[in-house]
Amino acid sequence: MGRCKTYHRKKCLFLFLFLLALLLILAGRLIYLMLFQNEHYSKLALDLHQRERQIKAARGIIYDRNGVKLASNSQVCTISVIHSQITEAEKVIDFLSEKLSLSKEEVKKKVEKVSSREKIKSNVKKEIADEIREAHLDGVKVDEDYKRYYPFGTLASKVLGFCGSDNQGIVGLEVTYEDILSGEPGKILTLTDYKGIEIENAAEERVEPIDGKSLYLSIDVNIQKYAEQASQKVMKQKEAIGVSMILLNPQNGEIYAMVDLPEYDLNDPFTLTEGSTLTATQDQLNQMWRNSCINDTYEPGSTFKIVTAAAALSEGVVSLTDQFSCPGFRIVEDRRIRCHKAGGHGTESFKEGVMNSCNPVFMDVGARLGASNTYQYWRKLGLFETTGVDVPGEAGSIMHKLENIKAVELATMSFGQSFQITPLQLLRAASAVVNGGRLVTPHFGIKAVDELTGKEEVFSYTEKNGAVSEETSNIMKEVLEAVVSEGTGKNAAIEGYRIGGKTATSQKLPRSEHKYISSFLGFAPADNPIIMGIVLIDEPTGIYYGGTIAAPVMKEVFENVLPYLGVKEEYVEKTEEN
Amino acid sequence: MAKGKKDIHEDDTALILVLMLVCFGLVMVFSTSSYKADQLFGNKAYWFIRQSIWAVMGTLVMLSISRFDYRKIGRMKGLLTVIYIGMSLLLVLTLLIGSVTKGSKRWLSLGPVSFQPSELSKVVMILFLASYLSRHEKQAKKVKGNLVALLLSIFIIGPVGIENASTSIILLAIAGIMVFVSSPWYKRFFAMIFLGAAAVTIIIGSRAYRLERLVIWMDPENHPKGLQTMQGLYAIGSGGLFGKGLGQSMQKMGFLPEPQNDMIFSIICEELGLFGALFVLLLFGLLLFCFIRIAMQCPDLFGTFLVTGVTAHLGIQIFVNISVVTNTIPNTGIPLPFISYGGSSLFFLLSEIGFVLSVARHSRTGNLF
Repeated sequence: MGRCKTYHRKKCLFLFLFLLALLLILAGRLIYLMLFQNEHYSKLALDLHQRERQIKAARGIIYDRNGVKLASNSQVCTISVIHSQITEAEKVIDFLSEKLSLSKEEVKKKVEKVSSREKIKSNVKKEIADEIREAHLDGVKVDEDYKRYYPFGTLASKVLGFCGSDNQGIVGLEVTYEDILSGEPGKILTLTDYKGIEIENAAEERVEPIDGKSLYLSIDVNIQKYAEQASQKVMKQKEAIGVSMILLNPQNGEIYAMVDLPEYDLNDPFTLTEGSTLTATQDQLNQMWRNSCINDTYEPGSTFKIVTAAAALSEGVVSLTDQFSCPGFRIVEDRRIRCHKAGGHGTESFKEGVMNSCNPVFMDVGARLGASNTYQYWRKLGLFETTGVDVPGEAGSIMHKLENIKAVELATMSFGQSFQITPLQLLRAASAVVNGGRLVTPHFGIKAVDELTGKEEVFSYTEKNGAVSEETSNIMKEVLEAVVSEGTGKNAAIEGYRIGGKTATSQKLPRSEHKYISSFLGFAPADNPIIMGIVLIDEPTGIYYGGTIAAPVMKEVFENVLPYLGVKEEYVEKTEEN
Repeated sequence: MAKGKKDIHEDDTALILVLMLVCFGLVMVFSTSSYKADQLFGNKAYWFIRQSIWAVMGTLVMLSISRFDYRKIGRMKGLLTVIYIGMSLLLVLTLLIGSVTKGSKRWLSLGPVSFQPSELSKVVMILFLASYLSRHEKQAKKVKGNLVALLLSIFIIGPVGIENASTSIILLAIAGIMVFVSSPWYKRFFAMIFLGAAAVTIIIGSRAYRLERLVIWMDPENHPKGLQTMQGLYAIGSGGLFGKGLGQSMQKMGFLPEPQNDMIFSIICEELGLFGALFVLLLFGLLLFCFIRIAMQCPDLFGTFLVTGVTAHLGIQIFVNISVVTNTIPNTGIPLPFISYGGSSLFFLLSEIGFVLSVARHSRTGNLF
């Protein structure tokens, strides 16, 4: 056997140095990966290991102006399955389909789907959820959840709106105030293994949810109820297809009540009210949820004479004592436009013209005012803009272009025809006419309150001055009071109260169908109004004159609401003496 | 005691280092495998116990071999040749009747125990080449003699390479290094390294899946099959300076498949951090240093070649394993010596160490014959 030579030893040393170099390369690589790439890989690894579970925030409660709950939460549960943790798939499918009354195929599909977490059903009643929890089936998870609950069911449904299964607002105020009501969900971050099973004793990060803030509305449940009852009564009597009513404070735009019959059940918003057993189409549902006070336009008709009169008085083209004559029609260019009174009103003053709701008088006044002046006042009274109300989906007005307005158009416009606005736009304009010329923003939201800290956020709304002069406003209140006390609106008069108002009977388009909307716009007390309302009866059968069928509805509401609001009875004779 | 220099000798140090690595390996096998073992078998120590049995048996064999004078083996030229040919035949037999795991025939069952003959073949090849090279000192100075020695290793490398490319590359490297050490020349070996690289390319190119590994290696983050590599990098990268602490790995919770096997080093990085990883490298470096000292102090060529063969085996396997885990080179399945789970690998490696210890012990005591 050979002896070891020096060159062999050198080779051994060379081998060692070679291996040492390799080890140093590895050390360098490790330092690079573990120090310089540490952040990069730690983040990627954490993404892989962490599972986020949401903790739902309770949605804010909606109160009326007196603190009565209009929308609240009830506790429900969400049932879901974790695919990788299921051990007895058959049993799970049978059990869940039975308890949740779902078809086996549906449950089977979800159970067999390979996903980290599959939702089977949400909004499950707590009692049922407890039964499922107590069955202790592997891979079946029960999570506590909140479901929106509306204690009054159909009350103010078109205003409040409702939430979807994910507790997000779908229509109405629930959408507008989503950010305030929804709060911020919290989360639990846990470490899980590759199957998604949480690792015991691993530190979990928890971010607490922030519950939604409470919302206080200008709605008064009692006034809303009075309004709804009166509307329902007339809808039944007149076999109308719908009745709408808005009551607001003309001084600041706070809406006390908004009714739009037929209302729907907020706790069951996906079932059609018309008793149809078929599954509702989206179109039908949208129609049911539609709030015609805001979402639809109509030809206002004679109630609009308030605007024409205010504009003409403000501009000084007419005074209350100016004399007009009504033969029962006016010939404008080649058209013969009739007054509602076939024989005509004869000779009358402007004030009497308003009280009689005489079309020829207003045609004359409109002509005196002229198209561009008319539009200037309309603009000041907010008729070219949406009202800014806090319910979504407000419709805009439909108007002639200024350059297209000829004598015929001007004549029809003066008594509220040939253009369309929403009932709320009319009410807003009328408010400005009687409150001294301030154009207010009608609204529901008053304030948001953080229940935890007690912090209040009071909403502010814009107001524009100078729509009409103070003087014009005073004259208009006097004239409109006369309409109720002695004119076409006398069916709305209540003994002991000073009420102003104006009636209307609008033809629905096309006019050939002879369908009508009867309406009445009223306010009280006439000298210093704190409440103003409009009622619209859509397609009444039989007598359809606003003064005959709409005015009594407002009377009925005011009879209840005025004492409720603390307006004292006073005798008209007395005030006249003063 | 040789010239009474020191009381502590390389073989004692090497033995301590090996036992440290084996014990550390057992701890890591338990740490990495307990979670999955509990899930699969309801027994956290399932793999740990198996590995412990092999470790104890391997250690006993190592100690027995270390007491046996290696020079006796060196002289049994005929027996070594017979064993060598027998090993080659056994490898061929494995190709024919071996059991298939993960698409490759690498295992042979002997009653209740199954083992990888390729692990045994490393020991056999190192012993045979060491003996052959020590007997052909003069031929080693010529290129022809070097090539003959390399050709002899083909009997082992060939049958192994058919089913297990990575192990055959390791075997080729061991043989190449042993021939390199036996020769006084340097430059001509660079040409041989070139040839070796060509051979490696042929082995890699011979199967489509090996080419794919190259593509994954270039960009594991965006390759659909780069997941395993990425899982390893997540573990290493998230370790940081001091790691998450022993037993605290997240990646072993099923994200990294079979974390106790070839990828165990990534979990060491995750749990013990850069310090732990560098400490393991330091232990390996010290062990290699001890081995080279033993090789250099050995008076006879058989002992020197035997130890350099084992050193090359150990060093290359460490390098390949950690390089794969850190995505420094394309993925290939080589266990980390002493630490990765794997009975036959650990058992035969400890046997090899036994020969090194024998060289250290018996060359020190002088010629007893």
